[in-house]
Amino acid sequence: MTFDAFDQWWWPFLFILLAGWLATDFWRYLGVYLGGHLSEDSDLLVLVRAVATALVAAVIGNLIVFPSGALADTTLALRIAAAATGFLAYLVFGRRILLGILVAEVLLLAGLHLGL
Amino acid sequence: MIEAGESQAPTARQRRRYILLGARAGISIPGLILASAFVGFAGLAKDAGFSLVETLFMVAVIWALPAKVVLVGAVMSGASLGAAAFAVALSSVRLMPMVMSLVPELRGPKTPRWVLYALSHFVAVTSWVLSMQQLPAVPRAMRTSYYAGLALFLMLANMAVVAAVFGVAESLPASVSAALLLLTPMYFLTSLWGSARERAGHVAMVLGLGLGPVFHMLSPRFDLVAAGVIGGGLAYAFHRITRGSAMR
Repeated sequence: MTFDAFDQWWWPFLFILLAGWLATDFWRYLGVYLGGHLSEDSDLLVLVRAVATALVAAVIGNLIVFPSGALADTTLALRIAAAATGFLAYLVFGRRILLGILVAEVLLLAGLHLGL
Repeated sequence: MIEAGESQAPTARQRRRYILLGARAGISIPGLILASAFVGFAGLAKDAGFSLVETLFMVAVIWALPAKVVLVGAVMSGASLGAAAFAVALSSVRLMPMVMSLVPELRGPKTPRWVLYALSHFVAVTSWVLSMQQLPAVPRAMRTSYYAGLALFLMLANMAVVAAVFGVAESLPASVSAALLLLTPMYFLTSLWGSARERAGHVAMVLGLGLGPVFHMLSPRFDLVAAGVIGGGLAYAFHRITRGSAMR
């Protein structure tokens, strides 16, 4: 049962409710229920954070290596160069998120303009 | 110890004032960064074939941006309902400790339990960071009102951002559309690195970045879960080993 398995109008919404709402609010409600019985730096939470970080990083990797739409028409080298330089700018110049994003975007647009 | 003003129930007028104060706290640098991330998310969702109503529905019921991006990524790779839910759930476990640390800050002397459950729905990185910063300065009896104002403002403002992007997306030149689609990966590349609490977080991020595309080629339907569990597990092993050697 994938996102476009059924043609009914309500199926995407049910899919979002089950795979999205239930899968996120379950943890939030559990957090209220448990309310402060788990230490922030317990080993279990280190594992939880590591898995979540690797999973979101995997999405980022896919969005850069296998993008969709207009970004798919750019070269892999340009995307990686733009993202890597933006990330370096973020690291070097005081970890400013907006700066990192800006540098990557300017490089991507410059590269597209030059036909790279 | 009962602080001044907590002996009587707050009036509707006082509540309104703190709801507005909370909303104003949303207009900030983290709020601006979040809005730029939603510009990117709207472009991503539209490109993946989600309608405006479906995308706004995702914003309302999921809210946390990583969970939404994981869901869109899973749908794009044709994952089943079970695989998509599992990936989203794995990416969202971190909401639990965030809520657990917020609740003691949020709770007033007479706060009903259902209010905490309702407000917990709005916990995501930006609203959590802002509220953990601001809440200590807010009178305890007013904290739920303040948080509701902040959370609802962030959600409604970013729904407007999503609608605006859907409105103009068709008429954008190809290069701008490409730039739009680069926003989401760049936002997470930087914010995820900055939010890592321990070195294992950075290790997990680097492993995930590499393993995601590798598993996507091997088995696109389970790429996210496989990369998350293997990359996160290895990062955790790294954490145990380095901590062990630091102790000796």
